[in-house]
Amino acid sequence: MRWIWIDKFVEFERGRRAVAVKNVSLAEEHLHDHFPGYPVHPPTLMIEGMAQTGGVLVGEALDFREKVILAKVTRARFHRRVVPGDQIRLEAAVVGEVRPEGASIDGRITRGADLVAEIQMMFAHLDQSRAPLELGDENFVFTEDFIRLLRMRQLNHLAPPPPRRDVPQEGRP
Amino acid sequence: MAPSRDEITEKVRQALVDALGVDEDEVIPTARIGADLGAESIDYLDIVFRLEKAFNIKIPRGDLFPDNILTSEEFVQNKKLTDRGLAELKARMPFADLSKFAQNPNVDDIADLFTVDMIVRYVEAKLAGPAA
Repeated sequence: MRWIWIDKFVEFERGRRAVAVKNVSLAEEHLHDHFPGYPVHPPTLMIEGMAQTGGVLVGEALDFREKVILAKVTRARFHRRVVPGDQIRLEAAVVGEVRPEGASIDGRITRGADLVAEIQMMFAHLDQSRAPLELGDENFVFTEDFIRLLRMRQLNHLAPPPPRRDVPQEGRP
Repeated sequence: MAPSRDEITEKVRQALVDALGVDEDEVIPTARIGADLGAESIDYLDIVFRLEKAFNIKIPRGDLFPDNILTSEEFVQNKKLTDRGLAELKARMPFADLSKFAQNPNVDDIADLFTVDMIVRYVEAKLAGPAA
């Protein structure tokens, strides 16, 4: 299962601002339990969607080298319910700039002209934190699979191209 | 014109209220950021971000909350700051009141130096000093 709660990016300004959209569908199984007979897109998943929008924004600013983790949800206020058929727009803006230790973002979720949620959160760069853990070099946040998915989802220009394989060319000496 | 101490205090208070979710009247000058206001490690970074934004200043890593003194054997022995460590801390935190701490410089008590008043004095020095 892929835990991804945004469908695609529609705007992206490196290190400053990103906008993603998410289409909510009754084909999403959890909506049948949340709640039976009254499907509502869970606010917790909107927080996750914002963390993914902001996390990619912050990660891309340093070419996905850092392990960007959600460190804190400073504030989250929800104003409206989101139901199947809705498309929500998640807008994340970096507060100030992305720093070596991490970044803070201001997030807004809207549906059409309506304000759905206001979310502030902080991201930390794991290797730069005060007590670095033994985590190895592999970036488990922005894995190859994840980068590949970004490439698929209209972020071609953000993620570096995959390494070229040497394919033997026919008809050449 | 440089903001007055009251203006600085008010903005610092707001930054702490927003970062830590505490009530405004809890943020008194002597309140310790960790022990009294409940800040955890990530909150210190949040506070730095908010101060930078509120005062339009740059706060380099370790400038307000020095974090690499404690890892040096030269500065810390038997969980206490050495004389050199204490001198280093004084040099790094001229805005903190170290008089009481210096009598028994236990590393575990360093966090208690981080008070609301210390942040106000840090910002005051930063705004008055040479451009960051």
